[in-house]
Amino acid sequence: MIKVEKLNKYFGDNRAVNDVTFEINKPEMIGIIGRSGAGKSTLLRIMNRLTDATSGSIFIEGRNILSLTKKDKRAWQKDCAMIFQQFNLVPRLDVLTNVILGRSNIQGTLRSSLKLFTKDERVDALMALDKLGMAETALQRAETLSGGQQQRVAICRAMMQQPKMILADEPIASLDPLNARLVMESLRNIHREKQITVLANLHTLDTAKNYCDRIIGMRLGEIVFDDVPSNLKDDVAREIYGAEAEEAFEPTVTSTSLGDEQFAEAG
Amino acid sequence: MQSSLPENLIKIENNLKSLTRTRSIYSFLSIAALIAVIYSGLIVAETGNATSIWVGLPKFFDYPVDLFVGSWEYGYRWNLLLLEYLPDLISTINMALFSTAMGTLLAFFLSIFSSRNLIKSKTTVLIFRRIMDICRSFPELVIALVLLYLLGKSALPAVIAIIIHTAGALGKLFSEAIENVDKNPIEGLESCGASWFTRIRFGVVTQALPLFLTYTILRFEINIRASTILGFVGAGGIGEQLYTNIQWKYEADTIAIMFLLVSTIIALDYLSSYWRKSLIGLKS
Repeated sequence: MIKVEKLNKYFGDNRAVNDVTFEINKPEMIGIIGRSGAGKSTLLRIMNRLTDATSGSIFIEGRNILSLTKKDKRAWQKDCAMIFQQFNLVPRLDVLTNVILGRSNIQGTLRSSLKLFTKDERVDALMALDKLGMAETALQRAETLSGGQQQRVAICRAMMQQPKMILADEPIASLDPLNARLVMESLRNIHREKQITVLANLHTLDTAKNYCDRIIGMRLGEIVFDDVPSNLKDDVAREIYGAEAEEAFEPTVTSTSLGDEQFAEAG
Repeated sequence: MQSSLPENLIKIENNLKSLTRTRSIYSFLSIAALIAVIYSGLIVAETGNATSIWVGLPKFFDYPVDLFVGSWEYGYRWNLLLLEYLPDLISTINMALFSTAMGTLLAFFLSIFSSRNLIKSKTTVLIFRRIMDICRSFPELVIALVLLYLLGKSALPAVIAIIIHTAGALGKLFSEAIENVDKNPIEGLESCGASWFTRIRFGVVTQALPLFLTYTILRFEINIRASTILGFVGAGGIGEQLYTNIQWKYEADTIAIMFLLVSTIIALDYLSSYWRKSLIGLKS
């Protein structure tokens, strides 16, 4: 289904992504772990075509998506929704418009620029929002929402794209524990219900182990681990994280593994 | 302390040190150069002046006194002069309004193509920036004088002159505003496969609009003054009336026109600062 082959990305002399090769053969929830600067973000950005790779190819159903240009490229971006650490919503637009803009690729420039949205689009957007408990904020400006709320809106926008896969670049890194859990659970639900691949960069080990079927560990741009979470031994994980191991292992920072007690308190 | 650092860190540390040193040397040199330039300029100016300032100063006050004495002698009908010149004032404001609107539109297009975060081609950015530089570097008066010669005396040359200058000056400010917008929303839209135009429409314009409007209002203020001045050289409006009346030594009319102009500009100052404040959100 998805085949990444010998992917390289150089920034000057620095190899951000170094000879990365892996395959995804069925819809999976995959966590990519590694310390900051390991090339996780760059990898996802290349897949979404926000960044161009130096060399290599990514085949999706037999088509090399790295060779797409213009309209085809944008059509691929529509198929492969991305969620960002900083949410990347349009701050001065209301939530509903932000979500509907997930369809801008299908709408065409003129219609989306004039905000001539159809009733179906509004209904779809509201239903997506309602699913994540955000329907009542639909008319608020996105910038008035908290981080966790914005990330949920961003997930709704991603769902509006009707994607074939979801890329999540550190989706919970700037969220509080409760929202981090909500976001991870909704990603997990989307994976299960829609049967699509979710590829998430996660900074902390615990989150990856809790929510993912498969873990890819990256170090200095290379893949150093690729297996089910149960096979990830502590010493390997320590090697992946290097100097950041203490932080990544720290359960209070991992945020998603809350005890019920804490959860009740936070709620 | 340094000896305990690993080798690569020592290198960085040394680089940093030498960088700071060069930077302080450079800033010292540039300050010294600046002082030298200012001082030599003062000497040149002093030797170049035909007469000292003290000779002309007493004459400076003669004309304003004449103006007020003349207006006093004109009597109570002075008020009617205000009404008489009102149409000219309106035509000047119209000139400013139209040329600000057109100039802003042009500035918007120029600024998009000269913003590095929107245009990947460096040459395009460079070309459009130079176009803006050229538009901006000629004062309205110079462009208007040339166009008046070519097109004859009317409002059109003045309007074109102001449009050109406004496009250059506002375009520069607009592109700075555009380059300062948060890139995350634009990237968010790009990741959904939105077209370039949609990205600009929602990612850029929504963020930069308050600044755009602020600059435009400020420019409108400037353009009212500019269109008045262009009246002096034959573009019509209240500027031309002012010039004629000064020439003919119609003191009462001159004072009336000045009164109209000053009150308009003061009113506009207040109005525009009110608009700007409500745009930024200082007023609810």
